[in-house]
Amino acid sequence: MSYLIGQNMTGGYGRGADILHDCTVGVEKGEIAVIVGPNGAGKSTAMKAVFGMLNLREGSVMIDGEDITGLSPQARVRKGMAFVPQTENVFPSMTVEDNLRMGAFVREDDITDSMEQVFGLFPILEEKRLQPAGELSGGQRQQVAVGRALMTQPKVLMLDEPTAGVSPIVMDELFDRIIEVARTGIAILMVEQNAKQALNIADKGYVLVQGRNRFTDTGAALLADPEVRKAFLGG
Amino acid sequence: MDLLNALVALANYILVPGIAYGSQLALGALGVTVVYGILRFSNFAHGETMSAGAMFAILFMWLFQSLGISIAPLPTIVLGLIPAIICMIIYLLVTDRFVYRYYREQKAKPVIFLVASTGLMFLTNGIIRFIIGPDDQRVSDGARFVLKAREFKQFTGLNEGLAIKTSQLITVVAAVAIVVALFWFLEKTKSGKSMRAYSDNENLALLSGINPDRVVMIAWTLTAILATIAGALYGLDKGYKPFTYLQLLLPVFASAIVGGLGSPIGAIVGGFVIAFSEVTITYAFKKVIKYLAPDAWAPEGLVQLLSTDYKFAVSFVILVVVLIVMPTGIFRGKSL
Repeated sequence: MSYLIGQNMTGGYGRGADILHDCTVGVEKGEIAVIVGPNGAGKSTAMKAVFGMLNLREGSVMIDGEDITGLSPQARVRKGMAFVPQTENVFPSMTVEDNLRMGAFVREDDITDSMEQVFGLFPILEEKRLQPAGELSGGQRQQVAVGRALMTQPKVLMLDEPTAGVSPIVMDELFDRIIEVARTGIAILMVEQNAKQALNIADKGYVLVQGRNRFTDTGAALLADPEVRKAFLGG
Repeated sequence: MDLLNALVALANYILVPGIAYGSQLALGALGVTVVYGILRFSNFAHGETMSAGAMFAILFMWLFQSLGISIAPLPTIVLGLIPAIICMIIYLLVTDRFVYRYYREQKAKPVIFLVASTGLMFLTNGIIRFIIGPDDQRVSDGARFVLKAREFKQFTGLNEGLAIKTSQLITVVAAVAIVVALFWFLEKTKSGKSMRAYSDNENLALLSGINPDRVVMIAWTLTAILATIAGALYGLDKGYKPFTYLQLLLPVFASAIVGGLGSPIGAIVGGFVIAFSEVTITYAFKKVIKYLAPDAWAPEGLVQLLSTDYKFAVSFVILVVVLIVMPTGIFRGKSL
């Protein structure tokens, strides 16, 4: 059983039709799990389901063996989960430093160490610490978003398409940083459009199609699988 | 000498009243902007909230006067502000509990909040008439002037006098103090930053563990403080008439929108833009022109662009023009 797992999840938004059908995604501590699949496969929805942003009709979400299916997203933050939304993931009018401080809002202890860690991971943020986050480039903004999430000292970091809209160079760098974060023992669950590159760094990959698990294996095995390559990775 | 006389006349009739009125509008607009930034609707009840705050301040003023408590030369109403603010905080939190909270839980659209606030506007107006009645109330006691026109004339030897009312001085000092305190709160304290974060990106604020109920509570508390002080100062300056606050809603909203809704700096700048436009356009420039121009050019009329009866038309025109040309206001607030 994985450290964080959403098991046999079935459900959709509000009272609408089900988007997920018996879908299972999970991740171990210190590992990177990637959810890939075609447009409309329910990748982001699966992620949001794990974070409690939609009501599951069936299935459960467990963290460290504890059932958290009934908890609100805010309560899950306190359980050690951090979520980086795909868009609007910074406070645009606030400085980079205040963005990070807001990430640590629920913490009562000293946050300077965490702040130093984030600045160590993303040196550009230290340079721009007094600049409003809304004035930064797309890639820098993603770094602020990931930094803000790390400030809660999460055990699980969930990233919804962290490389959407950034250049390939910035993408490679972001992936490097994500690997570094995973090495510190944090479990990383992310949704990615750039399937090939993402599976390259993934310990585990989930290929979703129409809200169902189609293939589940290690990242390397999925990359090597001719059927996956042909259908989802462009040969 | 004529030039000096002209300048003093301008200062006396435009600069001093404009600054005082601008401060009152700025405080009112700040209240509107706080509600807009946090609760995301245009609070049409804000004028009556100011009126209710002023009413409580007057009730406590009467209490203090009957007890013989005085802080002369300052007007007693200043002392009444503190209990009045507490009453208004309670009043606003109660209305939030019984009106707005329901719509928040329903995730209602801003226009529904707006209509609800209009209902509260009438309700508050009724409560005010019920308690204090529809009549005018004189609220200024203590020293009336800081600087009298006659003293100024004797001192400088000019023809024109410059008068500064105590209420005007108090208005400006109080407005500066409140604005400094508000900005300190929003920029430096953790609670203040969480308010800005909530206003910036509500979902992300929730993901960061910021408690929305607490943010809403602080927002109403700030609104109560700002509205009570703005309302009481306006009453102190111009006399308290319950129905004028309904009319005051227009320049207050115009200030907030001209500056950029949701932007505190915008609310202040907007307040002064509206105040000076109103005062300048309704001022009769005859006297000033007489000082500056040769005698032969002396105008026959008052050289007043608009009669003071039309002063609200000024804010209305500015409001319409801003909404058409620059809907987000000077400081790029949120568009309506």
